[in-house]
Amino acid sequence: MAWRVGLVLTALTVALPVLVIGSSLLAPYSPTWTHILDTVLVGYLINSLALMLGVGTGTLLLGVVTAWLCATCEFTGRKLLSWGLLLPMALPAYIIAYTYTGLLDFSGPVQSSLRGWFNWSYGDYFFPEIRSLGGAICMLSLVLYPYIYLIARVAFTNQSGAALEAARSLGVGRWRTFFRVALPMARPAIVAGLSLALMETLADYGTVDYFGVSTFTTGIFRTWYGLGELRTAAQLAGFLLLFVFVLMAIERASRNRMQFHATATRSAIQRITLRGTHAALATGFCVLIVTLGFLLPAMQLLSWASISWRTAVDSQFLYLLWNSLSLALFASFICLVLALFFGYGKRRYPGATQTGAVRIASMGYAVPGTVIAVGVLIPFGTLDNQLDTLSQTLFGVSTGLLLSGTLVALVFAYVVRFLSVSLQTVESGLSRIKPSLDEAARSLGSSNKRALREIHLPLLRGSLLTALLLVFVDVLKELPTTLILRPFNFNTLAVRTFELASDERLADAALPALAIVIIGLLPVILLMRNLDRGPSSHA
Amino acid sequence: MKSPATACLSAVQTLTYALMLMLIATAPAIAQELNVYSARQEALIKPLLDEFSAETGITVNLVTGKGDALLTRLQAEGRNSPADILITSDAGRLVRAEEAGALLARTSPELEAAVPARLRSPKGYWYGLSVRARALVYNLINVNPDTLSTYEALAQPQWRGRICVRSSANIYNQSLVASMLATQGAEKTAAWLDGFVANFARPPQGGDRDQIKAVAAGLCDVAIVNSYYLGGMMTSSNKAERIAASKVGIFWPNQHDRGTHVNISGVGVTAASDQPELAVQLITFLTRDSSQQWYAETNNEYPVRDNVPVSELLATWGTFKADPIDVAELGKLNAQAVMAMDKAGWK
Repeated sequence: MAWRVGLVLTALTVALPVLVIGSSLLAPYSPTWTHILDTVLVGYLINSLALMLGVGTGTLLLGVVTAWLCATCEFTGRKLLSWGLLLPMALPAYIIAYTYTGLLDFSGPVQSSLRGWFNWSYGDYFFPEIRSLGGAICMLSLVLYPYIYLIARVAFTNQSGAALEAARSLGVGRWRTFFRVALPMARPAIVAGLSLALMETLADYGTVDYFGVSTFTTGIFRTWYGLGELRTAAQLAGFLLLFVFVLMAIERASRNRMQFHATATRSAIQRITLRGTHAALATGFCVLIVTLGFLLPAMQLLSWASISWRTAVDSQFLYLLWNSLSLALFASFICLVLALFFGYGKRRYPGATQTGAVRIASMGYAVPGTVIAVGVLIPFGTLDNQLDTLSQTLFGVSTGLLLSGTLVALVFAYVVRFLSVSLQTVESGLSRIKPSLDEAARSLGSSNKRALREIHLPLLRGSLLTALLLVFVDVLKELPTTLILRPFNFNTLAVRTFELASDERLADAALPALAIVIIGLLPVILLMRNLDRGPSSHA
Repeated sequence: MKSPATACLSAVQTLTYALMLMLIATAPAIAQELNVYSARQEALIKPLLDEFSAETGITVNLVTGKGDALLTRLQAEGRNSPADILITSDAGRLVRAEEAGALLARTSPELEAAVPARLRSPKGYWYGLSVRARALVYNLINVNPDTLSTYEALAQPQWRGRICVRSSANIYNQSLVASMLATQGAEKTAAWLDGFVANFARPPQGGDRDQIKAVAAGLCDVAIVNSYYLGGMMTSSNKAERIAASKVGIFWPNQHDRGTHVNISGVGVTAASDQPELAVQLITFLTRDSSQQWYAETNNEYPVRDNVPVSELLATWGTFKADPIDVAELGKLNAQAVMAMDKAGWK
């Protein structure tokens, strides 16, 4: 009972900002709604859906193929590439959008050179417009596919080699084994990654705003900033949440009857050594993705940074580094603990109330950071002011604001926003552990705590590290929530990057942007080495 | 064996203590301190605040962010908000803050003398700090500046497919249309918007610097941009930007009627401030001659004070007549402007 109540209460606390936003749907609707319905809403919807469809297809293609190749095949450069494929994750989407615009824009070096070589001028030739819906799909796919890659790779690696071999010994070809056995078995992992990528797509503001693509999210900000109607904007965000909720429910229902558990015997997977054209294709594909998703933009950033580094490195820089690092580590750890608590609680004590509460608590990922920040500001401000009133009437002492404007509020907002990331990863890991293991442990008299510590945690190691890493990098890049909730005189690398980039000083923004990428890399490398030691070393 | 999880745990514990220390360190003390919420970026305000601290011994704490988000934070924090001062980068947000009851009216003869009446709130809720002008930038080869005249003329068919401008989500485009609503009325503005949007060379995208680059590259012939972006490109450390800037000219529209559209960055004392006199002291500092000169030299904005000379670079662009409309009026018409742009299909 205590578990259940604790679970629901904690989930509701985390869900508070989402509920605050969602409750705006019950508030009266202003006349502005007629205007929005008449003029812009259809466009927002079409663009958002097209973006989701495009990014969904793109990330699936890139993420699943690379995960499969790296987990089950052997080819030149596999080891290096298998962590290199994570690099794009460290690039904030709006930064990669800026760099590609710099490269491929009409006035950029590529088109200018083309015009110079062939003596063309404007209108003489066709060149795809980078700042378009298609461009936004490419940019987001390139930085979001690692979610699928990382989670699916863990799943593919942990898949029992026996199942795949059984399929093959029954005469099923390599491709059919992939589609009929490996892919269905990895489905929870792939879907977890995909839903993260799609939620992030819905929440993206920086990229689509810069590219001039009007999506639901840009609509929220237009309504708030332009029309000055925070409530109507919150209602729009509420509908976005409703949409995500329905989507999640459909997905859950569709795989409700399926069970995906690894067999107890874990024969490590035997990598198939690719040769000749196949090996070259595998290497080439992965290299291409790493180049497009990371090397090229990083080189553009480097070339900008080489212009500006003298002015960009100052005494503040180390302080920015420290702030970013410590916040990211701290927040990712809290997210992990909560994810484990929720994931394990749901598994041990299933029930509609718990599932519902946890699901609502993890929806913050689909909401733009600024909107989450508002969802945090309002309850925290109210709470602080009520406490102050109480303390003044009882003791005649003003407490001022206890939570608002502190790092507590900021870390809480990070948890609200990124819990989904760690939860999806942990849950997908848990779903691969047979419930019979739990039962065996219990029947042998082991307590929950002991079962968790001695059975689940070792089996989950890969998933836990993945969860930690994903949230760490996400917090490192996080901007809008940090911007609005941070305490006085508190800056991070992302804030510095954004301030310069928003003033269109890209060259100056390049150095802090690079620093984000490099710091994002350290844990990537560390954790990859850890993951590569194999899934069964502890089991 | 020490597992990575345990190692991680102890690292996080250490960090937790460090964070708690930071928390205590960043908590505002009671001594002579002023807390500022600023929509002007750190680089464009902090040096002045530091100078103020050095002169007066008053510590100034700063949070920067988007105007509306800061206003929401101010409102959510209510009467206990630590903020004493709100700085925004346009008049509309100040009007919104005033209407929301988040600002305190304060006047002083000094401030009234420094800031012209049309660049401050009539009751003293807020004051302009710098003036931002929305100018035309044209391609030096393809456009004869004699063919340019007004914003209105850009809706004529001769400009079909020749105009670049950023998204209507941009506040300065919104305030430009608001100024048209104020002077021309809703009907004429709607007709102008239809013609203007039909003349776009491409769907609105990018920022003001991107529009200038597009004009320089010949993708379009005329763009509407804030003049300080051109200034920033001319003095940029990036060679490509300097080259692009050299290929365009600047034109001040509407010189024979109401004048070029301007907006302000401005400042007000918050209603929650427990030391409004100190706050006024800072605002007075921000509007004094030397500070005014600093905006001009650092970011190529125009001073609000008539007696302060503009920067050398700005001087080369000549003087211009600015639209004398009360900027408070622009703030009030902002929502109407956004709706008009929605209807015209200006993305």
